[in-house]
Amino acid sequence: MDTRIAGLYIHIPFCLGKCNYCSFYSTPSLSSIPDFLEALPQEIERNHNQWGPFDTVYMGGGTPSALTLKQLESILTPVQKNFALLPDAEITLEANPGDLDLPLLNGLQGIGINRLNVGIQSFDQKTLDFLGRRHSVGQAVSAIESSRMAGFRNIGFDLIYGIPGQDLDSWHETLNQALNFSPEHLSCYQLTVEDKTPLGQRYRKGEFQLPTEELQHTFFMKTSEWLEEAGYLHYEVSNFAKSLPFTSRHNQKYWNHTPYLGLGPAAHSFKDGKRWWNHSSLNQYLIDLEKGELPIEKRETLTTEQLQLEALFLGLRTRRGISIRDFTRQFHFDLLSERKEIISKLQQEGFLSIQNGCLIPTRAGLAVADSLALI
Amino acid sequence: MKHIRNFSIIAHIDHGKSTLADRLIQYTGMVDERNFQDQILDNMDIERERGITIKSQAISLPYRARDGKDYFLNLIDTPGHVDFSYEVSRALASCEGVLLLIDAAQGVQAQTLANLYLAMENNLEIIPVINKIDLLTANVERVIEQIDSELGLDSFSHLKCSAKEGIGIEDILEAIVQRIPPPKGDPEAPLAALIFDAKYDSFRGTVIHCRVFDGTVQSGDIIRFVSNGATYKVDEVGGFSLSRVKREKLSAGEVGYIIAGVKTVSDVHIGDTITLDQNPVDKLLPGFKEFKPVVFSSIYPIASDDYEDLAVALEKYKLNDAAFVYQKDSSSALGQGFRCGFLGLLHLDIVQERLEREYDLSIILSVPSVCYRFTSKDGSVLMIDNPAHYPDPVSIEKTEEPFIRAALMMPEKYLGAVMKLCMEKRGVNSKLNYLSPGRVELIYEMPLAEVLFDFYDRFKSVTQGYGSFDYEVMDYREGDLVLLDILVNGEKVDALSQIVHRDHARERGLQACERLKEEIPRQAFKVAIQGAIGGQIIARTTIQPFRKDVTAKCYGGDITRKRKLLEKQKRGKKRMKMIGSVTIPQSAFLAVLKSDID
Repeated sequence: MDTRIAGLYIHIPFCLGKCNYCSFYSTPSLSSIPDFLEALPQEIERNHNQWGPFDTVYMGGGTPSALTLKQLESILTPVQKNFALLPDAEITLEANPGDLDLPLLNGLQGIGINRLNVGIQSFDQKTLDFLGRRHSVGQAVSAIESSRMAGFRNIGFDLIYGIPGQDLDSWHETLNQALNFSPEHLSCYQLTVEDKTPLGQRYRKGEFQLPTEELQHTFFMKTSEWLEEAGYLHYEVSNFAKSLPFTSRHNQKYWNHTPYLGLGPAAHSFKDGKRWWNHSSLNQYLIDLEKGELPIEKRETLTTEQLQLEALFLGLRTRRGISIRDFTRQFHFDLLSERKEIISKLQQEGFLSIQNGCLIPTRAGLAVADSLALI
Repeated sequence: MKHIRNFSIIAHIDHGKSTLADRLIQYTGMVDERNFQDQILDNMDIERERGITIKSQAISLPYRARDGKDYFLNLIDTPGHVDFSYEVSRALASCEGVLLLIDAAQGVQAQTLANLYLAMENNLEIIPVINKIDLLTANVERVIEQIDSELGLDSFSHLKCSAKEGIGIEDILEAIVQRIPPPKGDPEAPLAALIFDAKYDSFRGTVIHCRVFDGTVQSGDIIRFVSNGATYKVDEVGGFSLSRVKREKLSAGEVGYIIAGVKTVSDVHIGDTITLDQNPVDKLLPGFKEFKPVVFSSIYPIASDDYEDLAVALEKYKLNDAAFVYQKDSSSALGQGFRCGFLGLLHLDIVQERLEREYDLSIILSVPSVCYRFTSKDGSVLMIDNPAHYPDPVSIEKTEEPFIRAALMMPEKYLGAVMKLCMEKRGVNSKLNYLSPGRVELIYEMPLAEVLFDFYDRFKSVTQGYGSFDYEVMDYREGDLVLLDILVNGEKVDALSQIVHRDHARERGLQACERLKEEIPRQAFKVAIQGAIGGQIIARTTIQPFRKDVTAKCYGGDITRKRKLLEKQKRGKKRMKMIGSVTIPQSAFLAVLKSDID
């Protein structure tokens, strides 16, 4: 049994419309919100014996900020009632800048939200249009300013780079504008074109080209360089924190196999080597809970080999790396001796380093972390 | 004996031999339409997929001829590739006649001729059969003309058929009865039976396929192999239908099988003579030859843990392939493995595929080599088939390599291109024969190594598929040969070494480097590939590293998805070998020999 403190994720599957690039599950039928809000507490109750305490709650989506304050509160109340939440728990709300006005923000403070993750994506209007975002640069700026005004001291921005036609300068410009607001956290994602998205379809038709691998590499390396120069910690492939306390406590659980419970449609859970996930369908989710069943689509029990592979590729995504002693103890596999030659080659070539008994990817190593995992 | 006919079908590859055999089987009512599986005689998957017959098979066809009498027509099928020409010759020695099958569109090809010569050597009755007359491109008149001018046969003796459409089948069966003589022989004389094939049966041990020339054999007899004197007690004899049919005895003139507790097919030599221990013949039937592998390569398991499994698989495989030889070997780059001998590159391909398919192994084969003869300054002679064992150059007085006589046939307009190719492959002493207007036969003496590697594909390419080719090994000749090593990131990979002619060394080195560059996937770091002779680098290429491959997002749900992708890549990597810090795929080792002109 894993005794580490678990995290709680709640998937709020509503969006007014879908962004061009997004492949996460959501539905535009806002009229179903009351049904969802009625079903969710049942899912919470069905889990309350097995879970808790939590030291993180993360409301993602979808667009959690599409809900009213009251509706959000009706989610958190049963959470607090059924699960032990540690007093200093990190409680994050993902938000669309267009939704964040001062009254809502004040209310969010009131119901215990202490961290905002805002989908800024870009400070360049053309880029926002390409991505199909429904907010403007102006709205982004005012959302950030209002958040500060409402007293949020832990704000993260999501930004996207590597957009067709985007050059390094325009990305640098967006980053600099972001830095002007001194966000505590930055997630800088390289655009991934997913097959089943409008963007994916346009890509297949050849309507645009993605940056070359070389340019992607430059974007990645420069982003890391600029943000570290600005004092941020590049602690995961796409994530930067102003200082150690501002790293995303919740997201790190995904990367080190800490247990997490996912509630809501399409949410994934992990505990004791098992992973399971809910149906990616609000309808099915409602039907199952109505019947008194958990809305689980599938469960998997990871083999040691699978856990080992995950530990490798997840660990090598983070700057903390992999503790060689823990890895050897858990998998009875001594990386340093079993993979001696390739590890020493990768050290020589500047992709890996060994510090304090940990195998740690360098900046260039993070850029190729997927293949490092296949050593 | 009067009612037995022993015959074979010989043809150039793809001229329709298996289809005709199927049709004959079908016509004589051995199988009904419903159970008919195309190409019955080719019963290994690989044979059916590649459309070639690897091992010979036999079947006895009951046939009531137009004369009202019942006959047994024993069809002995033969392998259809130059790698297996010895097996063909032994099968033919068991017959009194052959159907010489010629494709109506392609006409006479090199193996048509080579097979004709084999049939003539065995004094067989030859019935030319023109197949595929239903094709739009068929040119029957031209083939009739070739039968006369190129084969020197009576052009009135031919038959026409379409095996595919079932046209002309009965005429063929009648011709077999009328024109092929019945076997001769004395059932009372001492036993002399020719072994033309052997199959391994996991329940019964080795099943010997033979043709009895004289005498009689039955269960309980003690038989003796004339070549080595080994004796065995006969458990069972019988004939061939679609499966084995037990019989009381086998007598002079008959074709059948003997089961006698012989453990592996390697204990049986095709071409050997079986006699009775009690009343033996003392001489072998003519034509016995030991198997001689001509291509050598080492087989290594990709995961060194699989070494034991590989050893077991080879042992099992060997039970059914007498031509395959192997012994323990080790490589500094690839670890423990086995050095193996093959009849040719096709044979090698087949062994590799069967080991992977039937035994579920991931293996790597080192760059194939022929066997070289080195004479040291002290006069001692070394036969070396593994470039990794290349002797110290300072000690070598003389280096010799095997030469072949290659017969190449093609339309005259490709002559220039083929001569150029042969010269590039160090061919000498060419001879040119005009077979018929517009068609030539070109004879070259060439180093076997040059022909084995990347010759056939290029020959097919320069003759646009109209050329055909056959060869026989002649002798050893002196050559200025050197060892070409390949270094991957500075580390010598002995399994990639090859022995090449000095004049071609630079070019071959570059070619090997280029091919490896295509085959080895990009890695996180730069990979330098170098070709070297002695310590001197003569060729070099570089594989640029990949720079960015990480997925941007990896949270809850994505972890399972991402893991599945990586698991797939990891499985792909199981077919690759880590050498030092570089991952090299299986395909790279055989690709080294191929040029990029395809």
